[in-house]
Amino acid sequence: MNLATSNTTLIFAALLVFVALYIGYREKLGMNKDILIGVVRAIIQLVVVGYLLKYVFRVNNVWLTLILILIIIFNAAYNASKRAAGIRHALPISLLAILASTGLTLVVLVFSGSIRFVPSQMIPISGMIASNSMVAIGLCYRNMNSSFRDRRQQVLERLALGADLRLASIDIVRESIRTGMAPTIDSAKTVGIVSLPGMMSGLIFAGVDPVHAIKYQILVTFMLLSATSIGSVIACYLAYQQFYNEQKQLL
Amino acid sequence: MVLLELENIGYQIAGQTVLQQINLQVATQDYITITGPSGSGKSTLLRIIAGLLTRTSGQLLFAGKEWADYDPILYRRQVSYAVQQPQLFGTTVADNLRFPFQIRQQAFDSAQATAALTSVNLPADYLNKPVNDLSGGERQRVAILRNLLFPPQVLLLDEISTGLDDENKQILHREIRRMNQEKNVTILAVTHDNTEIKDANRLVKIVAGKMEVDQ
Repeated sequence: MNLATSNTTLIFAALLVFVALYIGYREKLGMNKDILIGVVRAIIQLVVVGYLLKYVFRVNNVWLTLILILIIIFNAAYNASKRAAGIRHALPISLLAILASTGLTLVVLVFSGSIRFVPSQMIPISGMIASNSMVAIGLCYRNMNSSFRDRRQQVLERLALGADLRLASIDIVRESIRTGMAPTIDSAKTVGIVSLPGMMSGLIFAGVDPVHAIKYQILVTFMLLSATSIGSVIACYLAYQQFYNEQKQLL
Repeated sequence: MVLLELENIGYQIAGQTVLQQINLQVATQDYITITGPSGSGKSTLLRIIAGLLTRTSGQLLFAGKEWADYDPILYRRQVSYAVQQPQLFGTTVADNLRFPFQIRQQAFDSAQATAALTSVNLPADYLNKPVNDLSGGERQRVAILRNLLFPPQVLLLDEISTGLDDENKQILHREIRRMNQEKNVTILAVTHDNTEIKDANRLVKIVAGKMEVDQ
Protein backbone atom coordinates (compact mmCIF):
# COMPACT_ATOMS: atom_id res chain seq x y z
CA MET A 1 0.00 0.00 0.00
CA ASN A 2 1.18 3.53 -0.80
CA LEU A 3 -0.42 5.17 2.24
CA ALA A 4 2.01 7.89 3.34
CA THR A 5 0.15 10.04 5.88
CA SER A 6 1.78 10.08 9.32
CA ASN A 7 1.78 12.35 12.36
CA THR A 8 4.66 14.34 10.85
CA THR A 9 2.99 14.83 7.50
CA LEU A 10 -0.22 15.89 9.27
CA ILE A 11 1.62 18.63 11.15
CA PHE A 12 2.83 20.05 7.83
CA ALA A 13 -0.62 19.66 6.32
CA ALA A 14 -2.00 21.69 9.23
CA LEU A 15 -0.59 24.70 7.39
CA LEU A 16 -3.79 24.43 5.33
CA VAL A 17 -5.77 25.42 8.43
CA PHE A 18 -3.71 28.60 8.66
CA VAL A 19 -4.81 29.45 5.13
CA ALA A 20 -8.41 29.38 6.29
CA LEU A 21 -7.55 31.33 9.46
CA TYR A 22 -5.68 33.96 7.42
CA ILE A 23 -8.65 34.43 5.08
CA GLY A 24 -10.96 34.66 8.08
CA TYR A 25 -8.72 37.31 9.64
CA ARG A 26 -8.16 39.35 6.45
CA GLU A 27 -11.81 39.39 5.45
CA LYS A 28 -13.01 40.01 9.02
CA LEU A 29 -15.35 37.03 8.78
CA GLY A 30 -15.47 36.73 12.57
CA MET A 31 -15.37 32.96 12.38
CA ASN A 32 -11.79 32.12 13.35
CA LYS A 33 -13.01 30.83 16.70
CA ASP A 34 -15.42 28.51 14.89
CA ILE A 35 -12.65 27.32 12.57
CA LEU A 36 -10.44 26.44 15.52
CA ILE A 37 -13.25 24.73 17.41
CA GLY A 38 -14.09 22.80 14.23
CA VAL A 39 -10.50 21.67 13.72
CA VAL A 40 -10.02 20.64 17.35
CA ARG A 41 -13.33 18.78 17.42
CA ALA A 42 -12.53 16.97 14.18
CA ILE A 43 -9.15 15.84 15.52
CA ILE A 44 -10.49 14.67 18.90
CA GLN A 45 -13.58 12.94 17.44
CA LEU A 46 -11.57 11.15 14.76
CA VAL A 47 -8.84 10.02 17.15
CA VAL A 48 -11.44 8.59 19.50
CA VAL A 49 -13.30 6.92 16.64
CA GLY A 50 -10.03 5.54 15.24
CA TYR A 51 -9.13 3.78 18.48
CA LEU A 52 -12.71 2.71 19.09
CA LEU A 53 -13.04 1.16 15.64
CA LYS A 54 -9.67 -0.55 15.99
CA TYR A 55 -10.91 -2.15 19.20
CA VAL A 56 -14.32 -3.09 17.77
CA PHE A 57 -12.82 -4.61 14.62
CA ARG A 58 -10.44 -6.69 16.69
CA VAL A 59 -13.12 -7.94 19.08
CA ASN A 60 -15.43 -8.69 16.12
CA ASN A 61 -18.52 -9.28 18.27
CA VAL A 62 -22.03 -9.26 16.76
CA TRP A 63 -23.67 -7.47 19.68
CA LEU A 64 -21.00 -4.83 19.92
CA THR A 65 -21.36 -4.16 16.20
CA LEU A 66 -25.14 -3.86 16.49
CA ILE A 67 -24.86 -1.52 19.48
CA LEU A 68 -22.50 0.73 17.54
CA ILE A 69 -24.86 0.79 14.57
CA LEU A 70 -27.71 1.75 16.91
CA ILE A 71 -25.62 4.56 18.38
CA ILE A 72 -24.92 5.86 14.86
CA ILE A 73 -28.65 5.71 14.07
CA PHE A 74 -29.59 7.51 17.28
CA ASN A 75 -27.05 10.28 16.66
CA ALA A 76 -28.30 10.71 13.11
CA ALA A 77 -31.91 10.87 14.34
CA TYR A 78 -31.01 13.38 17.04
CA ASN A 79 -29.29 15.64 14.53
CA ALA A 80 -32.11 15.33 12.01
CA SER A 81 -34.67 16.23 14.69
CA LYS A 82 -32.74 19.40 15.49
CA ARG A 83 -33.51 20.60 11.98
CA ALA A 84 -37.23 20.08 12.55
CA ALA A 85 -37.60 23.56 14.09
CA GLY A 86 -40.67 22.94 16.19
CA ILE A 87 -42.28 19.94 14.49
CA ARG A 88 -43.73 17.91 17.36
CA HIS A 89 -42.33 14.42 18.08
CA ALA A 90 -39.43 15.08 15.68
CA LEU A 91 -37.03 12.78 17.56
CA PRO A 92 -39.16 9.61 17.55
CA ILE A 93 -40.19 10.29 13.94
CA SER A 94 -36.56 10.73 12.86
CA LEU A 95 -35.52 7.68 14.83
CA LEU A 96 -38.13 5.49 13.19
CA ALA A 97 -37.32 6.85 9.72
CA ILE A 98 -33.56 6.38 10.04
CA LEU A 99 -33.88 3.02 11.78
CA ALA A 100 -36.13 1.70 9.02
CA SER A 101 -34.11 3.15 6.14
CA THR A 102 -30.75 2.03 7.52
CA GLY A 103 -32.07 -1.35 8.68
CA LEU A 104 -33.82 -2.27 5.44
CA THR A 105 -30.90 -1.16 3.29
CA LEU A 106 -28.40 -3.11 5.41
CA VAL A 107 -30.53 -6.24 5.30
CA VAL A 108 -30.63 -6.13 1.50
CA LEU A 109 -26.88 -5.49 1.28
CA VAL A 110 -26.02 -8.34 3.63
CA PHE A 111 -28.45 -10.87 2.13
CA SER A 112 -27.39 -10.03 -1.44
CA GLY A 113 -23.84 -10.76 -0.37
CA SER A 114 -22.72 -7.24 -1.27
CA ILE A 115 -21.21 -6.72 2.15
CA ARG A 116 -20.30 -9.15 4.89
CA PHE A 117 -21.53 -8.94 8.46
CA VAL A 118 -18.17 -7.93 9.90
CA PRO A 119 -17.69 -4.71 11.87
CA SER A 120 -15.16 -3.28 9.40
CA GLN A 121 -17.85 -3.34 6.70
CA MET A 122 -21.09 -2.95 8.66
CA ILE A 123 -20.09 0.10 10.68
CA PRO A 124 -18.73 2.36 7.93
CA ILE A 125 -21.63 1.44 5.62
CA SER A 126 -24.19 2.10 8.39
CA GLY A 127 -22.59 5.49 8.95
CA MET A 128 -22.89 6.37 5.27
CA ILE A 129 -26.51 5.25 5.06
CA ALA A 130 -27.61 6.90 8.32
CA SER A 131 -25.90 10.20 7.57
CA ASN A 132 -27.42 10.45 4.09
CA SER A 133 -30.81 9.56 5.52
CA MET A 134 -30.28 12.23 8.18
CA VAL A 135 -29.50 14.93 5.63
CA ALA A 136 -32.50 13.92 3.50
CA ILE A 137 -34.85 14.01 6.50
CA GLY A 138 -33.48 17.38 7.58
CA LEU A 139 -34.26 18.75 4.11
CA CYS A 140 -37.76 17.25 4.30
CA TYR A 141 -38.43 19.00 7.62
CA ARG A 142 -37.19 22.34 6.39
CA ASN A 143 -39.31 22.16 3.24
CA MET A 144 -42.34 21.05 5.21
CA ASN A 145 -42.06 23.93 7.67
CA SER A 146 -41.71 26.53 4.95
CA SER A 147 -44.47 25.04 2.79
CA PHE A 148 -46.98 24.87 5.63
CA ARG A 149 -46.17 28.51 6.34
CA ASP A 150 -46.31 29.72 2.72
CA ARG A 151 -49.37 27.70 1.73
CA ARG A 152 -51.31 28.03 4.95
CA GLN A 153 -54.27 29.61 3.17
CA GLN A 154 -54.49 26.81 0.61
CA VAL A 155 -54.31 24.09 3.26
CA LEU A 156 -57.02 25.91 5.21
CA GLU A 157 -59.26 26.06 2.14
CA ARG A 158 -58.87 22.34 1.56
CA LEU A 159 -59.78 21.65 5.18
CA ALA A 160 -62.75 24.01 4.92
CA LEU A 161 -64.09 21.96 2.02
CA GLY A 162 -63.95 18.82 4.17
CA ALA A 163 -60.70 17.28 2.98
CA ASP A 164 -59.02 14.83 5.32
CA LEU A 165 -55.54 15.69 6.55
CA ARG A 166 -53.81 13.60 3.91
CA LEU A 167 -55.60 15.30 1.02
CA ALA A 168 -55.13 18.72 2.60
CA SER A 169 -51.36 18.18 2.81
CA ILE A 170 -50.54 15.79 -0.02
CA ASP A 171 -48.92 18.41 -2.29
CA ILE A 172 -46.65 19.54 0.54
CA VAL A 173 -45.82 15.94 1.51
CA ARG A 174 -44.87 15.01 -2.06
CA GLU A 175 -42.79 18.11 -2.54
CA SER A 176 -40.98 17.52 0.74
CA ILE A 177 -40.15 13.93 -0.19
CA ARG A 178 -38.81 15.18 -3.51
CA THR A 179 -36.69 17.78 -1.72
CA GLY A 180 -35.25 15.12 0.55
CA MET A 181 -34.32 12.79 -2.30
CA ALA A 182 -33.13 15.37 -4.84
CA PRO A 183 -29.47 15.68 -3.70
CA THR A 184 -28.98 11.89 -3.86
CA ILE A 185 -30.48 11.71 -7.33
CA ASP A 186 -28.43 14.70 -8.49
CA SER A 187 -25.22 13.24 -7.19
CA ALA A 188 -26.04 9.87 -8.77
CA LYS A 189 -26.24 11.69 -12.10
CA THR A 190 -22.84 13.34 -11.75
CA VAL A 191 -20.90 10.64 -9.92
CA GLY A 192 -17.61 9.93 -11.71
CA ILE A 193 -17.97 13.00 -13.91
CA VAL A 194 -17.74 15.74 -11.31
CA SER A 195 -16.59 13.93 -8.22
CA LEU A 196 -14.81 10.72 -7.36
CA PRO A 197 -16.69 9.99 -4.16
CA GLY A 198 -15.25 8.86 -0.87
CA MET A 199 -15.86 5.12 -1.05
CA MET A 200 -14.18 4.71 -4.42
CA SER A 201 -11.41 7.23 -3.71
CA GLY A 202 -10.59 5.39 -0.50
CA LEU A 203 -10.30 2.06 -2.25
CA ILE A 204 -8.17 3.52 -5.04
CA PHE A 205 -5.95 5.14 -2.40
CA ALA A 206 -5.51 1.77 -0.75
CA GLY A 207 -4.32 0.34 -4.06
CA VAL A 208 -7.49 -1.35 -5.29
CA ASP A 209 -7.97 -1.60 -9.06
CA PRO A 210 -10.30 1.29 -10.11
CA VAL A 211 -12.41 -1.13 -12.16
CA HIS A 212 -13.07 -3.02 -8.94
CA ALA A 213 -13.44 0.15 -6.86
CA ILE A 214 -16.26 1.50 -9.02
CA LYS A 215 -18.35 -1.56 -8.19
CA TYR A 216 -18.40 -0.40 -4.59
CA GLN A 217 -19.36 3.08 -5.70
CA ILE A 218 -22.24 1.67 -7.73
CA LEU A 219 -23.31 -0.20 -4.62
CA VAL A 220 -23.16 3.04 -2.62
CA THR A 221 -25.32 4.79 -5.22
CA PHE A 222 -27.94 2.05 -4.94
CA MET A 223 -27.99 2.00 -1.17
CA LEU A 224 -28.17 5.79 -0.79
CA LEU A 225 -31.14 5.96 -3.15
CA SER A 226 -32.94 3.37 -1.04
CA ALA A 227 -31.94 4.98 2.25
CA THR A 228 -32.96 8.53 1.37
CA SER A 229 -36.24 7.46 -0.21
CA ILE A 230 -37.30 5.26 2.71
CA GLY A 231 -36.17 7.86 5.24
CA SER A 232 -37.92 10.75 3.47
CA VAL A 233 -41.20 8.88 2.96
CA ILE A 234 -41.49 7.75 6.57
CA ALA A 235 -40.43 11.11 8.02
CA CYS A 236 -42.77 13.13 5.78
CA TYR A 237 -45.83 10.93 6.28
CA LEU A 238 -45.41 11.06 10.05
CA ALA A 239 -44.38 14.71 10.24
CA TYR A 240 -47.23 16.30 8.29
CA GLN A 241 -49.76 15.09 10.86
CA GLN A 242 -47.96 17.10 13.50
CA PHE A 243 -49.11 20.33 11.82
CA TYR A 244 -52.69 19.63 12.93
CA ASN A 245 -54.39 19.30 16.30
CA GLU A 246 -56.86 16.68 17.47
CA GLN A 247 -59.81 18.61 16.01
CA LYS A 248 -58.01 18.35 12.66
CA GLN A 249 -57.37 22.07 12.62
CA LEU A 250 -54.21 23.62 11.26
CA LEU A 251 -51.93 24.67 14.12
CA MET B 1 -86.16 23.91 12.85
CA VAL B 2 -83.02 25.17 14.61
CA LEU B 3 -79.97 23.98 12.72
CA LEU B 4 -77.15 25.88 14.40
CA GLU B 5 -77.07 27.12 17.97
CA LEU B 6 -74.36 29.39 19.30
CA GLU B 7 -74.48 29.78 23.07
CA ASN B 8 -72.21 32.33 24.70
CA ILE B 9 -69.46 31.70 22.17
CA GLY B 10 -66.21 33.42 23.08
CA TYR B 11 -62.75 33.33 21.60
CA GLN B 12 -59.57 34.48 23.22
CA ILE B 13 -56.07 34.24 21.85
CA ALA B 14 -52.83 35.32 23.54
CA GLY B 15 -54.80 37.05 26.30
CA GLN B 16 -56.86 39.06 23.83
CA THR B 17 -60.60 38.73 23.55
CA VAL B 18 -61.66 38.44 19.91
CA LEU B 19 -65.26 37.37 20.51
CA GLN B 20 -67.46 37.30 23.58
CA GLN B 21 -70.94 36.08 24.42
CA ILE B 22 -72.14 35.47 20.90
CA ASN B 23 -75.64 33.99 20.96
CA LEU B 24 -77.29 33.03 17.74
CA GLN B 25 -79.93 30.56 16.67
CA VAL B 26 -79.99 29.71 12.99
CA ALA B 27 -82.94 27.90 11.47
CA THR B 28 -82.77 25.71 8.37
CA GLN B 29 -82.89 27.81 5.19
CA ASP B 30 -82.13 31.04 7.05
CA TYR B 31 -80.17 33.62 5.12
CA ILE B 32 -78.25 35.70 7.62
CA THR B 33 -75.81 38.46 6.85
CA ILE B 34 -73.21 39.48 9.38
CA THR B 35 -71.78 42.97 9.21
CA GLY B 36 -69.53 45.09 11.35
CA PRO B 37 -66.28 47.01 11.20
CA SER B 38 -63.16 45.15 10.13
CA GLY B 39 -61.31 43.45 12.94
CA SER B 40 -64.49 42.95 14.95
CA GLY B 41 -64.20 39.15 14.87
CA LYS B 42 -66.59 38.27 12.03
CA SER B 43 -64.16 35.98 10.21
CA THR B 44 -63.15 34.35 13.48
CA LEU B 45 -66.81 33.61 14.17
CA LEU B 46 -67.24 32.00 10.74
CA ARG B 47 -64.10 29.92 11.27
CA ILE B 48 -65.39 28.71 14.62
CA ILE B 49 -68.71 27.72 13.04
CA ALA B 50 -66.75 26.05 10.20
CA GLY B 51 -64.84 23.94 12.71
CA LEU B 52 -61.51 25.44 11.67
CA LEU B 53 -61.00 27.07 15.07
CA THR B 54 -62.20 25.92 18.47
CA ARG B 55 -64.02 28.50 20.60
CA THR B 56 -62.52 29.08 24.00
CA SER B 57 -65.90 29.34 25.74
CA GLY B 58 -69.55 28.59 25.09
CA GLN B 59 -71.26 25.91 23.07
CA LEU B 60 -71.76 25.25 19.39
CA LEU B 61 -74.55 22.87 18.44
CA PHE B 62 -75.23 21.58 14.95
CA ALA B 63 -78.51 19.71 14.39
CA GLY B 64 -78.88 19.49 18.17
CA LYS B 65 -75.50 17.89 18.74
CA GLU B 66 -72.35 19.44 20.17
CA TRP B 67 -69.78 20.27 17.49
CA ALA B 68 -66.99 18.41 19.28
CA ASP B 69 -68.97 15.16 18.95
CA TYR B 70 -68.82 15.25 15.15
CA ASP B 71 -65.98 13.95 13.03
CA PRO B 72 -64.46 17.32 12.05
CA ILE B 73 -63.90 16.24 8.43
CA LEU B 74 -67.49 15.11 7.86
CA TYR B 75 -68.83 18.16 9.73
CA ARG B 76 -66.95 20.51 7.37
CA ARG B 77 -68.59 18.87 4.36
CA GLN B 78 -71.96 19.85 5.86
CA VAL B 79 -70.91 23.28 7.12
CA SER B 80 -68.86 24.57 4.23
CA TYR B 81 -66.72 27.68 4.44
CA ALA B 82 -65.78 29.92 1.50
CA VAL B 83 -62.98 32.42 2.03
CA GLN B 84 -62.31 35.90 0.80
CA GLN B 85 -59.77 35.88 -2.07
CA PRO B 86 -59.55 32.10 -2.42
CA GLN B 87 -56.56 30.37 -3.93
CA LEU B 88 -57.30 27.89 -6.66
CA PHE B 89 -55.75 24.42 -6.57
CA GLY B 90 -53.59 22.77 -9.22
CA THR B 91 -53.32 24.12 -12.75
CA THR B 92 -56.75 23.91 -14.39
CA VAL B 93 -60.37 24.66 -13.50
CA ALA B 94 -61.01 20.90 -13.60
CA ASP B 95 -58.43 20.36 -10.83
CA ASN B 96 -60.60 22.53 -8.60
CA LEU B 97 -63.93 20.97 -9.48
CA ARG B 98 -62.43 17.50 -9.11
CA PHE B 99 -61.43 18.21 -5.52
CA PRO B 100 -64.92 17.84 -3.95
CA PHE B 101 -65.22 14.45 -5.67
CA GLN B 102 -61.74 13.44 -4.56
CA ILE B 103 -62.39 14.14 -0.89
CA ARG B 104 -65.56 12.04 -1.05
CA GLN B 105 -63.72 9.28 -2.93
CA GLN B 106 -66.11 9.56 -5.84
CA ALA B 107 -65.35 9.42 -9.54
CA PHE B 108 -65.26 12.83 -11.19
CA ASP B 109 -68.55 13.57 -12.92
CA SER B 110 -67.66 15.98 -15.71
CA ALA B 111 -71.32 16.49 -16.67
CA GLN B 112 -72.08 17.66 -13.13
CA ALA B 113 -69.00 19.88 -13.23
CA THR B 114 -69.94 21.53 -16.53
CA ALA B 115 -73.51 22.05 -15.29
CA ALA B 116 -72.03 23.78 -12.25
CA LEU B 117 -69.89 26.01 -14.49
CA THR B 118 -72.96 27.00 -16.50
CA SER B 119 -74.85 27.85 -13.31
CA VAL B 120 -72.37 30.67 -12.67
CA ASN B 121 -72.29 31.81 -16.33
CA LEU B 122 -68.99 30.13 -17.19
CA PRO B 123 -68.73 28.26 -20.52
CA ALA B 124 -68.46 24.46 -20.40
CA ASP B 125 -65.08 24.46 -22.13
CA TYR B 126 -63.62 26.34 -19.15
CA LEU B 127 -63.08 22.94 -17.56
CA ASN B 128 -59.63 22.68 -19.13
CA LYS B 129 -58.75 26.34 -18.77
CA PRO B 130 -55.56 27.12 -16.80
CA VAL B 131 -56.47 28.86 -13.55
CA ASN B 132 -53.87 31.53 -14.26
CA ASP B 133 -55.90 32.68 -17.27
CA LEU B 134 -59.01 33.46 -15.18
CA SER B 135 -60.08 36.96 -14.17
CA GLY B 136 -60.60 37.77 -10.49
CA GLY B 137 -64.37 37.34 -10.78
CA GLU B 138 -64.04 34.06 -12.64
CA ARG B 139 -61.66 32.74 -9.99
CA GLN B 140 -64.16 33.53 -7.26
CA ARG B 141 -66.95 31.83 -9.22
CA VAL B 142 -64.85 28.68 -9.74
CA ALA B 143 -63.86 28.72 -6.07
CA ILE B 144 -67.46 28.87 -4.81
CA LEU B 145 -68.35 25.88 -6.99
CA ARG B 146 -65.98 23.80 -4.88
CA ASN B 147 -68.32 24.51 -1.96
CA LEU B 148 -71.52 24.03 -3.98
CA LEU B 149 -70.92 20.92 -6.12
CA PHE B 150 -72.18 18.86 -3.22
CA PRO B 151 -74.62 21.31 -1.60
CA PRO B 152 -73.83 21.59 2.13
CA GLN B 153 -76.43 22.16 4.84
CA VAL B 154 -74.79 25.42 5.86
CA LEU B 155 -72.74 27.71 3.66
CA LEU B 156 -70.46 30.23 5.36
CA LEU B 157 -69.41 33.10 3.10
CA ASP B 158 -66.55 35.33 4.17
CA GLU B 159 -66.81 38.54 2.12
CA ILE B 160 -66.70 36.55 -1.09
CA SER B 161 -67.87 39.43 -3.29
CA THR B 162 -65.44 42.04 -2.00
CA GLY B 163 -63.53 43.63 -4.86
CA LEU B 164 -65.73 42.15 -7.61
CA ASP B 165 -67.58 44.17 -10.24
CA ASP B 166 -71.40 44.35 -10.26
CA GLU B 167 -71.81 41.68 -12.93
CA ASN B 168 -69.76 39.13 -11.01
CA LYS B 169 -71.51 40.01 -7.75
CA GLN B 170 -74.92 39.48 -9.37
CA ILE B 171 -73.97 36.09 -10.76
CA LEU B 172 -72.67 34.95 -7.38
CA HIS B 173 -75.71 36.26 -5.48
CA ARG B 174 -78.12 34.67 -7.92
CA GLU B 175 -76.49 31.26 -7.46
CA ILE B 176 -76.33 31.59 -3.68
CA ARG B 177 -79.96 32.67 -3.51
CA ARG B 178 -80.90 29.70 -5.69
CA MET B 179 -79.01 27.34 -3.37
CA ASN B 180 -80.83 28.89 -0.43
CA GLN B 181 -84.28 28.60 -1.95
CA GLU B 182 -84.09 25.44 -4.07
CA LYS B 183 -81.57 23.33 -2.15
CA ASN B 184 -82.48 24.56 1.34
CA VAL B 185 -78.91 25.63 2.01
CA THR B 186 -78.65 27.80 5.11
CA ILE B 187 -76.49 30.84 4.50
CA LEU B 188 -74.36 32.88 6.90
CA ALA B 189 -72.59 35.62 5.01
CA VAL B 190 -70.13 38.20 6.26
CA THR B 191 -70.63 41.08 3.88
CA HIS B 192 -70.75 44.80 3.36
CA ASP B 193 -72.70 44.47 0.17
CA ASN B 194 -76.16 46.07 0.22
CA THR B 195 -77.80 43.74 -2.32
CA GLU B 196 -76.71 40.76 -0.27
CA ILE B 197 -78.02 42.36 2.91
CA LYS B 198 -81.36 42.92 1.14
CA ASP B 199 -81.50 39.25 0.07
CA ALA B 200 -81.10 38.09 3.63
CA ASN B 201 -83.90 37.49 6.07
CA ARG B 202 -81.82 38.47 9.08
CA LEU B 203 -79.03 40.90 9.82
CA VAL B 204 -76.51 40.46 12.60
CA LYS B 205 -74.05 43.18 13.49
CA ILE B 206 -70.87 42.46 15.38
CA VAL B 207 -68.80 45.26 16.85
CA ALA B 208 -65.59 44.68 18.81
CA GLY B 209 -66.32 40.99 19.30
CA LYS B 210 -69.86 41.50 20.58
CA MET B 211 -73.24 41.16 18.94
CA GLU B 212 -74.93 44.52 18.63
CA VAL B 213 -77.95 43.95 16.43
CA ASP B 214 -79.95 40.85 15.53
CA GLN B 215 -82.97 41.71 13.44
